[in-house]
Amino acid sequence: MIEFRAVTKRFEDGTIAVDELDLTVEAGTITVFVGPSGCGKTTSLRMVNRMIDPTSGTILVDGKDVLSVDPPTLRRGIGYVIQQAGLFPHRTVLDNVATVPLLSGWDRRKARARAAELLEIVGLDPAFGKRYPAQLSGGQQQRVGVARALAADPPVLLMDEPFSAVDPVVREGLQDELLRLQAELDKTIVFVTHDIDEALKLGERVAVFQTGGHLAQYAKPAELLSAPANDFVASFVGRDRGYRTLTFLHADVPVHPVTTAKLGQRVTVTDWTLVVDDQDRPRGWLSGVDGEIEVSERDLIAGGSLYDGSTLRGALDAALSSPSALGVMVDDNGAVVGVVKADDVIKALAKARAAGEVPK
Amino acid sequence: MTWIFENWDRFWEVTEVHLRLSVVPVLIGFLLSIPLGWLASRSATARAILFPLANILFTIPSIALIVITPVLIGVKILDEINVIVPLTIYTIALMVRSVADALSAVPGHVTAAANAMGFRPLRRFLTVDFPLALPVTIAGLRVATVSNISMVSVGALVGLGGYGQLFTEGYQTDNPAKVFAGLIGTVVLAVLADGLLLVLGRVLTPWARAGR
Repeated sequence: MIEFRAVTKRFEDGTIAVDELDLTVEAGTITVFVGPSGCGKTTSLRMVNRMIDPTSGTILVDGKDVLSVDPPTLRRGIGYVIQQAGLFPHRTVLDNVATVPLLSGWDRRKARARAAELLEIVGLDPAFGKRYPAQLSGGQQQRVGVARALAADPPVLLMDEPFSAVDPVVREGLQDELLRLQAELDKTIVFVTHDIDEALKLGERVAVFQTGGHLAQYAKPAELLSAPANDFVASFVGRDRGYRTLTFLHADVPVHPVTTAKLGQRVTVTDWTLVVDDQDRPRGWLSGVDGEIEVSERDLIAGGSLYDGSTLRGALDAALSSPSALGVMVDDNGAVVGVVKADDVIKALAKARAAGEVPK
Repeated sequence: MTWIFENWDRFWEVTEVHLRLSVVPVLIGFLLSIPLGWLASRSATARAILFPLANILFTIPSIALIVITPVLIGVKILDEINVIVPLTIYTIALMVRSVADALSAVPGHVTAAANAMGFRPLRRFLTVDFPLALPVTIAGLRVATVSNISMVSVGALVGLGGYGQLFTEGYQTDNPAKVFAGLIGTVVLAVLADGLLLVLGRVLTPWARAGR
């Protein structure tokens, strides 16, 4: 657990980076600090491991005042993942990961064995261990950065915009990976980002910082979307917040049957027909064909996104993006279960709201 | 060339002196440049003093510096110190800037990460900053070494010049072969020393050539 008690940071030029911050980061959760540049989110993070010392106030990590511990010792007990990974270019990947164990006096063989283990945990082939950081892609470097932060098994992990320098597809992969890791490792993670979507995806709790170092709101993601504390938060979480609220709702949507046809089959198409392969996985749609035809790839109209049964947002998006306005729902193997309709999603949302499941 | 083989003992003797008079100042100058360069990379004040000072020292003609050193430090005119001190000064003048630039070029996110991992300052310098500064530092060291090997000859003016001795003797006795021998010696020594440092640099920084 990390507690900020009336923490203020005033820089020498007089600017107030953090203003009377009171906030508690619960143990075993991912808490995201989000806000525009100059809002004090990074300064707040860096005060936890004393990269920056507060002007006034107290920060406690597991009940201990950080100012009472000498900085290098404190830092070895707190994992830190920096933007652009910050790997040591002159050390192999394995030695990069082994950094903190070596600093803490482990012998080299034990530290390297632990490092190899961590490469696997973050999803990297141990063969990468012998390479230098310059020989890895941005996404791989970032994984090494996470592995390095975890090497000494610290209970607290600080992540300073760790995924901001990689492309969106890789970033999404890294985010999923972090959530998977966290499910296994159960660390207390503070994650700083300026990307509200990243914040809402990763954070169990999200602290929105406002310019001038004020904490504008500290709440669960669904609550930020449905009940922003002020205009700043409302505008910061963005225009699509009504739509995005659906991400956090898991209500049931009625699943309707759908006419399907297999590739190569001879059929008469009267209405929208979903074409599937041998494993019942959707391939595309057929519509408005005269007479009996043999279904071939050529005739197909590309389908929309697939609904995996998890959130209302997925259901609505599947319906909205489908050429037939029928959202295709699939099971874990990718086989078609049925279809969902947009108005059913809207009804489900209304029901959830009436039942008080949408935070006000 | 024939002069070299006919007078091999004499040639080897001046080679040894030349080598000693050039390598010792490079080593001392390099070691002193590390803390000075570090200081210059950390503090704008130190930079404002050290860089102009280095430039001024470097513009002093080597002849003048070598002639004046015995007077300033008060040792016998034939002592090797009289050549070693001025050449050390030249090395420092060249190397302070190289070391400072090399240290300043270490990426900020790398040093920040090192701090965040819990490195203490001395260990960080020795195991992160300095190794990363090596490629640029060694490039500077190669320049300083070659320039020193060439400058040692000026020491002949105070009777201590390695190959410089061959130049003055050859000139005075109208023996161009002797001058030529000194010239060959200087060039070969410079090429060898430069090559050695190049190889040393490659061995010490395998990461710098890691494919991208």
